Amino acid sequence: MKGREVFYQGNEAVAEAALYAGCRFFAGYPITPSTEVAEFLSRRLPKVGGSFIQMEDEISAMAAVIGASLVGKKSLTATSGPGYSLKMENIGFACMTEVPCVIVNVMRGGPSTGLPTAPSQADVMQARWGTHGDHPAIALAPSSVQEIFFETVRAFNLSERLRTPVSLLTDEIIGHMREKIVIPEEGQLELWERPRPKVPPEEYRPYDTSGGIIPAMADFGTGYRWHVTGLNHDQTGFPTNRPELVEPEAERLLAKITRNLSIIEKYEEVRREGARIGMVAYGSSARSGKSAVSEAFSGGIPVDFLRPVTLWPFPEKAVSEMADRVDVIIVPEMNLGQMILEVQRCAGDRARVVGVNRADGEPITPGQILQKITEVA
Amino acid sequence: MAFDYSRYIRPGKLPHIWCPGCAHGIVMKAILRAVDRAGLDKDRTVVVSGIGCASRMPGYVDFNTLHATHGRALAFATGVKMADPGLTVMVVSGDGDALAIGGNHFIHACRRNIDITLVVLNNSVYGMTGGQFSPATPHGMLATTTPYGNPDYAFDVVELAMGAGATFVSRSTAYHVLPLEKQIAEGIGHKGFAVIDALCTCPTTFGRRNKLGTGAEMLLWLKDHTIGLKAAENLPPEKREGKILTGVFRQTAKTEYCEEYAKIIDRVRGA
Repeated sequence: MKGREVFYQGNEAVAEAALYAGCRFFAGYPITPSTEVAEFLSRRLPKVGGSFIQMEDEISAMAAVIGASLVGKKSLTATSGPGYSLKMENIGFACMTEVPCVIVNVMRGGPSTGLPTAPSQADVMQARWGTHGDHPAIALAPSSVQEIFFETVRAFNLSERLRTPVSLLTDEIIGHMREKIVIPEEGQLELWERPRPKVPPEEYRPYDTSGGIIPAMADFGTGYRWHVTGLNHDQTGFPTNRPELVEPEAERLLAKITRNLSIIEKYEEVRREGARIGMVAYGSSARSGKSAVSEAFSGGIPVDFLRPVTLWPFPEKAVSEMADRVDVIIVPEMNLGQMILEVQRCAGDRARVVGVNRADGEPITPGQILQKITEVA
Repeated sequence: MAFDYSRYIRPGKLPHIWCPGCAHGIVMKAILRAVDRAGLDKDRTVVVSGIGCASRMPGYVDFNTLHATHGRALAFATGVKMADPGLTVMVVSGDGDALAIGGNHFIHACRRNIDITLVVLNNSVYGMTGGQFSPATPHGMLATTTPYGNPDYAFDVVELAMGAGATFVSRSTAYHVLPLEKQIAEGIGHKGFAVIDALCTCPTTFGRRNKLGTGAEMLLWLKDHTIGLKAAENLPPEKREGKILTGVFRQTAKTEYCEEYAKIIDRVRGA
């Protein structure tokens, strides 16, 4: 890929990629270990005519992002555990009202203040279920600085096309680690925009799905005076509590994800001849996982490797197929066992699922994972 | 000639949810007349609210409208305004929404001096949830959660806004509809953050419990217990005792937030 080589930390890559994707609004609040995203964009956004604002708290930062998106600006916020918790209500508002926005969570140890300067992967279930009510969720979990760049662009693309918030889950390791990456030249990556109305304002119905499952979204201020509410609403956008209207709309929010798996799902898979062991690893733990799998192979133990890049929706089919091929699946995570529950669900009784867990603020080492491989081999 | 509200009300969205005797409709009408007086373009006007009785207003009025989350209307509105400073942005909020859960956003919007006009429909109570005390409920009054009298002390919206740095601060009431309309229009015209404390009445959950009479009687109470700033200047202290001051308390010029940010954009892009 043609482009400019830079030596960036993950948080800088998020910010650079956001600009590449067309993000022109950022609202945030200082929090370790994500603050570099805000600092970078406070310098760069005004240079491209965009806006940066440091809000009074995490909640208002999420609110401002949704407000800016309603005016038509691609919008971003970045945070870490405690801030992610605080943003949850407004993330639900964005799900309900179908307002595109991207939320970066540079995961640190928790719960509560936890380990502000140490990595974890303990917010992965929160990314799926953090806000109340049935709601759609997309979460991407890159595992290198280059991939952070690509996945940030993809987060904006998915958010725009599907009109739903997208979480980008990194962690303190890849957030702060520096790697050489290529910033693609303009035009090298496809950029998507939200669907905008093709009908005149008098015919516009903001949640009209007759033309497809993703309704067209008008920018505030362009003549389409529509109503946005977090209450259950009908196709006109106004509140309703009629049961026959409420449930189909709730189902549609989820169907936006399930009917678009082909553009959302993404994983890296390495299959090895004769493997009776599989591994499902994501984010920075996948780096150690991959290294361990490679060492095991050198030592004569073939291990199938699956790395979900899209964590939510979970790659059910790929994991289920792995369970058909292997006897045991290893799931390394920097938490006390979260995505392992999904792997178990998909594997059923067809494969034993074991975790390699670490929640002491230190990364899982390839040696720890290799030890588990030799144990189960 | 009678004012034609239908130009600003969405067809088919009335009747509203407000109780008989509630003053929110009076304030809504004052807002619509003020919008008309200010000559706003409906397509370029955004009205944002949070949660509560007052916050249902955006559903009825024909602008770009955003019924957001509880207390966060000003934060949503800040994003809207920053993203397109050419828009006129108004926020309507109840006293619980603006001062309790939204209290932090209130003071920071004042401090930033962002060009948003906030009308606080201040009826001293959480009406929608059935009459709990709010940060604007006077000391000693009864509410469903202060059955023995309110031990808290109330915020004074005007003093709070001035202390936090708002550049336009006024107070009127649902009885004084013409000054209220004028203040809102001035707030819209003001380049910066404008706060209008609009005292209104909740006979259903506040008046009844505190034996304050009907909605009409409560409006008369507002008439009898308020006094204009200028009139108050010439009165001896004993005549001002127990009266709530109304009028424009502050109207000062200070660079507006989006204008300040536009200067930054110009500077860094020029460099």
